[in-house]
Amino acid sequence: MSNYNVVVIGSGPGGYVAAIRCAQLGMKVAIVEKYSVLGGTCTNVGCIPSKALLDSSEHYHNAESVFAGHGIGTTRLSFDFGKMIARKAGVVKSNNDGIAYLMKKNKIDVYTGLGSFVTKNKIAITNDKGEKQEIETEKVIIATGSKPTKLPFIAVDKKRVITSTEALTLTEVPEHLIIIGGGVIGLELGSVYKRLGAKVTVVEFLDKIVATMDEDISKEMLRILRKDGIEFMLSHKVTGAVVQGNEVTVSAENKNGEKVEVKGDYCLVAVGRVPYTDGLALENANLKADEKGRINVDQYLETNVPGIYAIGDVVRGAMLAHKAEEEGAFVAETIAGQKPHINYNMIPGVCYTWPEAASVGATEADLKKNGTAYKTGKFPFRALGRARASGDLDGFVKVLASKETDEILGVHIVGARAADLIIEGVVALEYRASAEDISRMSHPHPTYTEAFKEACLIATDNRALNM
Amino acid sequence: MTELKVPSVAESITEVTLSKYLVKDGDYVQLDQPICELETDKASQEIPATIAGVVKFVAKEGEDLKVGAVICNIDESAKKPEETKAAEVKEPKVEKKAEVKKPAETKPVEEQPKTEEKKEETKQSYAANTPSPAAKKILDEGNVAAKDVKATTGVSGRITKEDAINAVRAKANMPQKEAFSRNERMEKMSRLRKTISERLVYSKNSTAMLTTFNEVDMTAINAIRAKYGDTFKKKYEVNLGMMSFFAKACCLALEKFASVNAYIDEGNIVYHDYCDISIAVSTPKGLVVPVIRNAESLSLAGIEKKVKELAIKGRDGLLTMDEMTGGTFTISNGGVFGSLMSTPIINPPQSAILGMHKVQDRAMVIDGKVEVRPMMYVALSYDHRIIDGKESVSFLVAVKDFLENPHKMLLGADPVELLIEL
Ligand SMILES: Cc1cc2nc3c(=O)[nH]c(=O)nc-3n(C[C@H](O)[C@H](O)[C@H](O)COP(=O)(O)OP(=O)(O)OC[C@H]3O[C@@H](n4cnc5c(N)ncnc54)[C@H](O)[C@@H]3O)c2cc1C
Repeated sequence: MSNYNVVVIGSGPGGYVAAIRCAQLGMKVAIVEKYSVLGGTCTNVGCIPSKALLDSSEHYHNAESVFAGHGIGTTRLSFDFGKMIARKAGVVKSNNDGIAYLMKKNKIDVYTGLGSFVTKNKIAITNDKGEKQEIETEKVIIATGSKPTKLPFIAVDKKRVITSTEALTLTEVPEHLIIIGGGVIGLELGSVYKRLGAKVTVVEFLDKIVATMDEDISKEMLRILRKDGIEFMLSHKVTGAVVQGNEVTVSAENKNGEKVEVKGDYCLVAVGRVPYTDGLALENANLKADEKGRINVDQYLETNVPGIYAIGDVVRGAMLAHKAEEEGAFVAETIAGQKPHINYNMIPGVCYTWPEAASVGATEADLKKNGTAYKTGKFPFRALGRARASGDLDGFVKVLASKETDEILGVHIVGARAADLIIEGVVALEYRASAEDISRMSHPHPTYTEAFKEACLIATDNRALNM
Repeated sequence: MTELKVPSVAESITEVTLSKYLVKDGDYVQLDQPICELETDKASQEIPATIAGVVKFVAKEGEDLKVGAVICNIDESAKKPEETKAAEVKEPKVEKKAEVKKPAETKPVEEQPKTEEKKEETKQSYAANTPSPAAKKILDEGNVAAKDVKATTGVSGRITKEDAINAVRAKANMPQKEAFSRNERMEKMSRLRKTISERLVYSKNSTAMLTTFNEVDMTAINAIRAKYGDTFKKKYEVNLGMMSFFAKACCLALEKFASVNAYIDEGNIVYHDYCDISIAVSTPKGLVVPVIRNAESLSLAGIEKKVKELAIKGRDGLLTMDEMTGGTFTISNGGVFGSLMSTPIINPPQSAILGMHKVQDRAMVIDGKVEVRPMMYVALSYDHRIIDGKESVSFLVAVKDFLENPHKMLLGADPVELLIEL
């Protein structure tokens, strides 16, 4: 007899949402988490702590550089980095507690320890004292997430050569932080320390940053972040990082094959993340993973073993918390016999620098590749009353629409509050709105959302009202 | 005041039914705006306004009208309501139009068709029948396809959650009936129904109709369809159905037995050197019989394409009068509804009709042994006045022979027998 209808392994946004949804649908559920706190990467060493530090550093930066323009004077401005880190820890803790409360409220049993397959219906849980217990279940949802990618030629000592996890708990602001990788995580953490006074150098292999986003976003972000003082070494292939005392020397090769060296006191390796399945003992359940270590799943997120599902960073698709959450709910409902649906093309991507960047749907490069005839509406925030009032003038909203039908195919935003603005693009895409549809909807004045409407007016008929 | 009259739709038609008005009494209508729908015995047709103005109804919905009768009056002297306001709203459109075309001297007139176009556009929106995320889940779970949902509440035909709930509920409720109801309903017979009934009774009363039966072993045809079906579909984008084989077999047999393909015309017999095959298609409004012209000269793919085209047009009510008149022989497939055997009624002035039926596995005795074979009963109803028993039976045997030995259809006889000149 099974103890549980469903056991979820991993308590990140994928796992804990799956567990709650299963419980809501009347199943008896357990969740297994290796660490003593719930919430996974996202809550403990990802989305939440990084945003806490981004917000703290942003306040300081504004006080230092923006307030004066608004007529606000400051004398002897300072910050206490230790307090910032402690505040961040408090934010994380309150999220941990929130999730623990939700588990209790939904009558979900929480097991602390490493979960591994004994058979496809039996999970062993080993805690850090080495004690082991086994539970039986009808179905399993694997939500074990991801860990930072390692480069074979760089030894991460977690003191001077660090990953995002350590970068969120430093005890001092680096003098010169060298970041390997110009992706979202690198740029967010780079922004934090740049604002707090560090020199920041980003070394990127490609000739652009945030490479998965639309080309125009890459360009605009590079322009703005350079203006803010972050240094970029694009088209540089990192070949090593050597620690000597308090100094890290990162060596790289430039486009012409010449050797270059940068010296700093910290080096953050932020070159992406890989699926995490260590200790799961996949083989005991005959589970298969692909060459990148992602657990193979079908369109229902079911693995090659019937009754075992996998979601979030450990399967194919964007490594994003909200994608993991959608999948968690999807699998729970699928197990309950419902027929939910996820439109992967409509999962937004966001970069929480200032200004923010956010994207949903097709990029211009996608449309070109598919040979789709499209039109573009691009409206700069600088032309908006709201942006002038706040002083956040950088960025734009770019709308890509079908040339034939006017249907919106992609939305790309750089600018203040882009992360929140993008949702209008998601709704538009889900309902297959045309650019004209959006331009005929009232947008409150004065707000940043007006840029969306104006971009749609341009896409429809090239008839922006405020440009 | 201008009168809008029932136009003469086709030579044979003297009376129509005003099935419905497409505008309201007292509406201001534009030139060419559809005013009402007239139903003739074969098709329905929209009647456009001959002039812009305010409509005043004369005939009522459901009324039968003779050709030339007045449907409604249009008062062209009436002012277009809220003309200024309407023009203001549409200004950007007009401007754009003016840019491309000549300056806006005829502004209001130019603008009118534009408004019409616009309406059409929204109706045919690319987003029509796109379900919202919640609606999609409800439809998937209720096993209702998005295309079958009547999207009544969403913008541009989008399916809202409400539409989806209603569609699933409607599906679930469909067979429910009030218990012990003694209710009766009276509905006016549609034009089409009336015509069908008149023609069928006429056919029964004015011909000497009787039916001969046979059965066809479908093994060979099934094998061909199984083997080549996919390739055929890829190449011609139409299924290799049974209809093409039957039409082809009939054409070849009709060439052998000319009287089956003939008409009686007041003491004369009209023979046809071509085969225009009428196929009976059931539509939401009733049975129609569109015609495949010169079927004898078409390839199987040509026949399948034509059948598909006519069936779709029939379903959507788009068949023209022309497509439904003529025909020298009819094929009717009751098998699609499951009929095992029937006596079809001749479609006058034709003299014969072939009835196809359901294919069913039956135990047959082949060479002294019992074998399971896919069998179809076929029936030929014919007018004994011009077709003798020997001809009708031989015709049906010939059709059977072609279908059981499809290679004979290539040259109209067994190729080997031709080769050795037997
Ligand atoms: C610095 C940083 C910033 C980020 N910012 C954002 C952001 O702003 N927005 C966004 O959408 N995404 C962000 N992400 C990505 C996001 O954190 C992940 O996409 C998300 O956490 C994936 O969720 P998950 O449930 O798949 O796995 P995870 O959150 O990785 O959770 C997996 C859990 O499973 C546990 N586990 C693993 N193996 C076992 C086992 N065998 N037994 C028991 N437990 C096990 C792990 O301990 C972990 O707690 C960020 C990531 C980082 C690193």
